[in-house]
Amino acid sequence: MSSVLQLILEGERLDTAQMAQVLDLSEAEVRAEIERLQAEHILLGWRPVLNPERAQEDIVRAVIEVKISPERDGGFDRLAARISQFDAVESCYLMSGSYDLLIFATGKDLREVASFVSERLASVEGVLSTATHFMLRAYKEQGHLLLSPTESGDKPAVSP
Amino acid sequence: MESSSQRFVADHVSGLPRSGIRDFFAIVAAMPQAISLGIGEPDFVTPWHIREAAIFALEKGHTSYTDNLGLLRLRREISRYVEQNFELSYHPEKEVLVAVGVSEALDIALRAVLNPGDKVLYHEPCYVSYSPSIQLTHAQPIRVATAAEDQFAIDPERVAAAWEPGCKVLILNFPTNPTGGVTDKAKLEKLAKFAVEKDLLIISDEIYSELTFEGEHTSIASLPGMQERTIFLHGFSKAFAMTGFRIGYACGPQPLIEAMMKIHQYSMLCAPILSQEAAVEALKNGAPAVAKMKEAYHRRRDLIVGRFNAMGLDCHSPRGSFYAFPSIQVSGKPSIDFCKELLAQEEVAVVPGTAFGESGAGFVRASFSTSYERILEACDRIERFVAGDSVRSKA
Repeated sequence: MSSVLQLILEGERLDTAQMAQVLDLSEAEVRAEIERLQAEHILLGWRPVLNPERAQEDIVRAVIEVKISPERDGGFDRLAARISQFDAVESCYLMSGSYDLLIFATGKDLREVASFVSERLASVEGVLSTATHFMLRAYKEQGHLLLSPTESGDKPAVSP
Repeated sequence: MESSSQRFVADHVSGLPRSGIRDFFAIVAAMPQAISLGIGEPDFVTPWHIREAAIFALEKGHTSYTDNLGLLRLRREISRYVEQNFELSYHPEKEVLVAVGVSEALDIALRAVLNPGDKVLYHEPCYVSYSPSIQLTHAQPIRVATAAEDQFAIDPERVAAAWEPGCKVLILNFPTNPTGGVTDKAKLEKLAKFAVEKDLLIISDEIYSELTFEGEHTSIASLPGMQERTIFLHGFSKAFAMTGFRIGYACGPQPLIEAMMKIHQYSMLCAPILSQEAAVEALKNGAPAVAKMKEAYHRRRDLIVGRFNAMGLDCHSPRGSFYAFPSIQVSGKPSIDFCKELLAQEEVAVVPGTAFGESGAGFVRASFSTSYERILEACDRIERFVAGDSVRSKA
């Protein structure tokens, strides 16, 4: 993995100049590497990690298990790509096991997600069945503990 | 009342200076908004699987004393770990003692071997407890200064020059807190030869050994003929980020461990069982977490050392530990003034080198056990301070 990418993944908010200092590269080198990562669709975006409990009170999240019928040419890909196009779909994965696609979907309320499932998703030709599970509470978001975040406690500011 | 009660304090304790760190801590504690590079412990919290092992042990009701030497399960793991990583073989039933951190292990090692008036060689700048621990045994500390031009490695010739009749022990601590200095195998071999020649016992505190960034760490105990005259001290605080667990160990020849055990059993009885249980888990499954933390320290070291040198504070690249030890002589200020003014003007805390002994004069210790962002911000401020461009004067 490139050192730039590794540093980005560590998750500290650093600008290009700071990244250049940390990695002992020139700013131009860091910028070029980020451009390469983007051009090659390795680095897709810079969305922050939010605490869904605090930041998105009016958003409903659901995971949807979807069974679809594979096609002669291309298997699941065409249908999966098509389903992924919906704005409500945040992520979409092909899974092993008792269903085919696992979808992470969001909506502004329960009704919006429900109508996406029943009116949009279920009606796509080739979709055989869906099972929707609404998220009730988040405990960990992309590596960050939400309920009991690690505290620095009473660590002294100076110690031997 | 205070002054009259003072008469009850033993003379040799009265005469003991307070740790310079404690004095400086009091100043920094009043400025919670300051960026502190003064922290002598990992910024990581103990890996969860280790914490979980302690919780599980508590749930299972493991709340008793243990064997004075420590849980045999733990001593077996220590023996295996030390063999694997230091090429040293110790019998878990007779040659390993689990202590309350290396601090206790060092204290009981000194108390076990020193008679009043004995002399102890130690290198300086060094961890704050060495000289006081020696003095508390009514022995005499003899300082061997290490120098920036040697990357703070110990110079065997200086040891020989400092030696005098009555020297019984040589304390080593590499990589060193606060300098990050290491001593290579060739120099250790010379020291070993000298130790044999003068019949010195070595007490080697290797608490930072896992955090050696370049080159192989060698324990002096592993050199031919040295195991029988070395007490090897190690612990979990630094590599496994377990400072608060207060758990460490000593390995050495059976008569020495037995002598240390006598003091340990009467003063401490045993190390806390929950910490011992956590330590077992650390040794069994902690290696990946240690490697990850070491990698993080390594990159932070390169960053902070590069910045210090760029701003004109000469700083050798510490080959181990998580401390940079730049010279601040260019400022023309004594270490303590440099630190106090830096704190007042730029709200950055570093520790005066003199807190680690007189030979730390002209240096400060900056811990890079913190985030990139804080290191960068602290370096920007120190740079401004060194250049005399600080605007905020709160002094």
